[in-house]
Amino acid sequence: MEHDYYRSAALSLPEAPRVFAEQSYVVDIPDQHKPRMGSCGIAGCINIDGSLISGAKIEKMITTMSERENGLGSGFVAYGLFPDFAEEYCMQFLFESEEAQELTEEVLGNWVYMIKDEKVPTYPQRSMNPPFPLVWRYFVRPKKGTEAYIRTGLSEEDYMVRLVMSINDAVPGSHCVSSGKDMAVFKGSGYAREIAKFYDIQRYKGSMWLSHSRFPTNSPGWWAGSHPISILDWSVCHNGEITSYGVNRKLVEMAGYKCTLLTDSEVVTYLWDLMVRRHRLPVTAAAFAMAPWYYRDIERLPDEERRLANQLRITYKEAFLNGPFSILVGRSEPAVTMIALADRKKLRPLVMGVSDDGNSVYAASEECAIKSVQGDASIWATRAGNPAIVKVGEGIVRRGTEAPFLGAIG
Amino acid sequence: MRPNIKIPEKYRVVIDNDACISCKRCIKECSYGVLDFKDEKVKVKDGCVSCLRCVIECPTSAIEVSEKPSQFAPHAVFSPEIRRSIISQANSGGVLLSSCGANAEYMDIFNDILLDAAQVTNPSIDPLREPVETKTYLGRRPGKVVVDENGKIDLDASETPIVVMDMPIMIGHISLGSISYNAQASLFRAASELNIIAGTGEGGLHADFYPMAKNLCAEVASGRFGVTSNYLREVSCVDIKIGQGAKPGHGGHLPGEKVQKLISETRMIPLGTDALSPYPHHDIYSIEDLQQLISVLKESTEYKVPVGVKIAAVHNVGAIASGIVRAGADFLTIDGLRGGTGSAPRVIRDHAGMPIEIAVSAVDQRLEQEGLRDKVTLCASGSIRTAADMIKCIALGADVVGVCTSAMVAMGCTVCQQCHRGACSWGIATQRPELSSRIDIDIATRRIVNMFHAWNEELKEILGAMGIDSVESLVGNRDRLRYIGPNPRIAEILDVKHSGEGWG
Repeated sequence: MEHDYYRSAALSLPEAPRVFAEQSYVVDIPDQHKPRMGSCGIAGCINIDGSLISGAKIEKMITTMSERENGLGSGFVAYGLFPDFAEEYCMQFLFESEEAQELTEEVLGNWVYMIKDEKVPTYPQRSMNPPFPLVWRYFVRPKKGTEAYIRTGLSEEDYMVRLVMSINDAVPGSHCVSSGKDMAVFKGSGYAREIAKFYDIQRYKGSMWLSHSRFPTNSPGWWAGSHPISILDWSVCHNGEITSYGVNRKLVEMAGYKCTLLTDSEVVTYLWDLMVRRHRLPVTAAAFAMAPWYYRDIERLPDEERRLANQLRITYKEAFLNGPFSILVGRSEPAVTMIALADRKKLRPLVMGVSDDGNSVYAASEECAIKSVQGDASIWATRAGNPAIVKVGEGIVRRGTEAPFLGAIG
Repeated sequence: MRPNIKIPEKYRVVIDNDACISCKRCIKECSYGVLDFKDEKVKVKDGCVSCLRCVIECPTSAIEVSEKPSQFAPHAVFSPEIRRSIISQANSGGVLLSSCGANAEYMDIFNDILLDAAQVTNPSIDPLREPVETKTYLGRRPGKVVVDENGKIDLDASETPIVVMDMPIMIGHISLGSISYNAQASLFRAASELNIIAGTGEGGLHADFYPMAKNLCAEVASGRFGVTSNYLREVSCVDIKIGQGAKPGHGGHLPGEKVQKLISETRMIPLGTDALSPYPHHDIYSIEDLQQLISVLKESTEYKVPVGVKIAAVHNVGAIASGIVRAGADFLTIDGLRGGTGSAPRVIRDHAGMPIEIAVSAVDQRLEQEGLRDKVTLCASGSIRTAADMIKCIALGADVVGVCTSAMVAMGCTVCQQCHRGACSWGIATQRPELSSRIDIDIATRRIVNMFHAWNEELKEILGAMGIDSVESLVGNRDRLRYIGPNPRIAEILDVKHSGEGWG
């Protein structure tokens, strides 16, 4: 369904080309001469029927775009990983030392019931730069009903957020990289192919995968600062630079989040959690707040939608992510969902693909990443500032080419 | 000994008699009675204030005004300025008055701040090719939109009274009385044309200006001059004036000789009486009282317009600001130490308060700490001289900047600091009809519009260079500023990194 006003308002993109390269660089340049250019790469895949996807697929997708990274960070997130512990929060940690782990477990003991904990198998690669962190995962339940819990006055989710923030902020050498249910983040400093091997990504199966390869510019490349950046069930892979970071940080810090990762991308994760979980905004409205329409285009909307658009811009002006970006966002509540969004000028690439049978949906920086795993995929590009939303059990809710406000009010 | 010791003249006026055509225009133009015609020549007397009216109006450019070399013996501590004031006070026994805002060099921090620009990692934006937005809102924001049980956004419950402006600029409060009818008419018309807000000042609103009320902000000051419910309902927002940067802790003083028919009608006071605004509002002796006045104004405007509070930047400005927001103010104006005035005791003008750069950052940080920053509009004023000052001020934390002196300079003002004498040769700060008629409203309006238009274009250029395409993403974005001045402690307090420090 396309509205008339839409056509004139947004960028009209040419049809995506049908030709693609198998690798994002065509010529095989010797390592020492390979141009150090490009930026981050993002890739994601989801099966609408909820069937599991091997980590091998996402590894193939992200490593296809190896020109987009410089070895300073990469990561993966999988949803639907732990069906046996689907009701527990899975807190996955990077520890720099045993002391950090001991201290963290002490804190955890005060806050949560430990259901199970295990070492995450890792395989340090010769090509990677040591030291390697200790990776550990804990399945936990908040100590609800205790006096300490009641004193915080927080909801269960906010209690978990505060726990994560406290540990990341106050326990030296301890980084909680994911804290959602039925999901986990695997990330670190290295090329995507190295991180995939380090965690043996192929051993995992999930109904949705997102991944990121990094070319950090403004922030240091370090293990915890790699993407995906996650809180609760939210995870975000971000390719871009936020020119409004000082403003966005203000909003999330006012809401109690602590920015500890030394990267502008973490505010994106907190903004999603703040707007969609805490303020209960529809996903499309939150996406609009982050990549709003120009006022001159809002002027042309029908009355009610114009009111809504203006109100979102007024209320959430600090949530506006200025500057170039494309992001992939994952969440599992209420259903496993992938959201793909580019900035309102679409200064960073983002393409979508769907398999012939319609069950597998992909998002990536480059078409080659999709075609490398699904040769029959049909490809489309989302419009500037327009979210594509794919849900397990529901299918492609939005393609990112519709008028933004269809359904945003409802 | 003489009872009055003559203070040496500051300016020398030289007439080039070869160029002079004896048209006597300069004599008519000089409102300070410095020039005279004698023996077929223009003669110069004492009292030149260097307003430059004669210099600019002379058809043959025959007049030159320059600063006289100081005739006081050099002294490192007792500057000529200090010695002048002492002599003047010994002559008169009075409080020395001045105008136009602080005249002391050490207070400028804007010049110690540098802006950022985008290179490589994000693209800069050319505002001629792509939209860069400068639309700005003034008023309270809800903090979050209301979503009902069905997950629908409830707009009726989310919307608050808010004013839309096309630029993050407000023409500050300058009352009718402190400036002439023509000057105020020009400011208001410029505001309408630019779709920004202009302050009415504390002198009420002249009947002729009601058609422009949609672009006006009514000031309710301690004198309550001309404040009627009808007036408050017409304007787009209402501002309670607690203080002014040029004279924190002081009220206004309009001498009786300026209170002529026009002023008396608008202010609703008898002809020829002094219009004195009390130092405090006599119904506001505490924050609770302020809360009541805010409520009263909201009630009398039927909750349709934002009600704000304007204070002078004083040392505890952060805490005061948060109290004001909690008391219900929809917007908050902080007026810095260097802010302009039509008349203020010089001792207060030059020595009391805080520079706006520090104040705006302190208030922004404090409101953020208290979780209030996303609910209120922060306006900052007090010597926003150029687009560069405006941009730095916004990046330090202001949503909107207030501008007065520059708008008057656009009309002709040369900042000669004589406003309090009511003899403004440019027809701005005067009520003498033969002087105020020197302002042609159409031309003055055009000039003010030109200036702000240029500022807005410069704002877009800077935003584009920073890779920002909408001004709200610059508000309080101190990451994009660096300090290069002599005192790194200032940078710390401003929450701005030092030049050379990177991002992480």
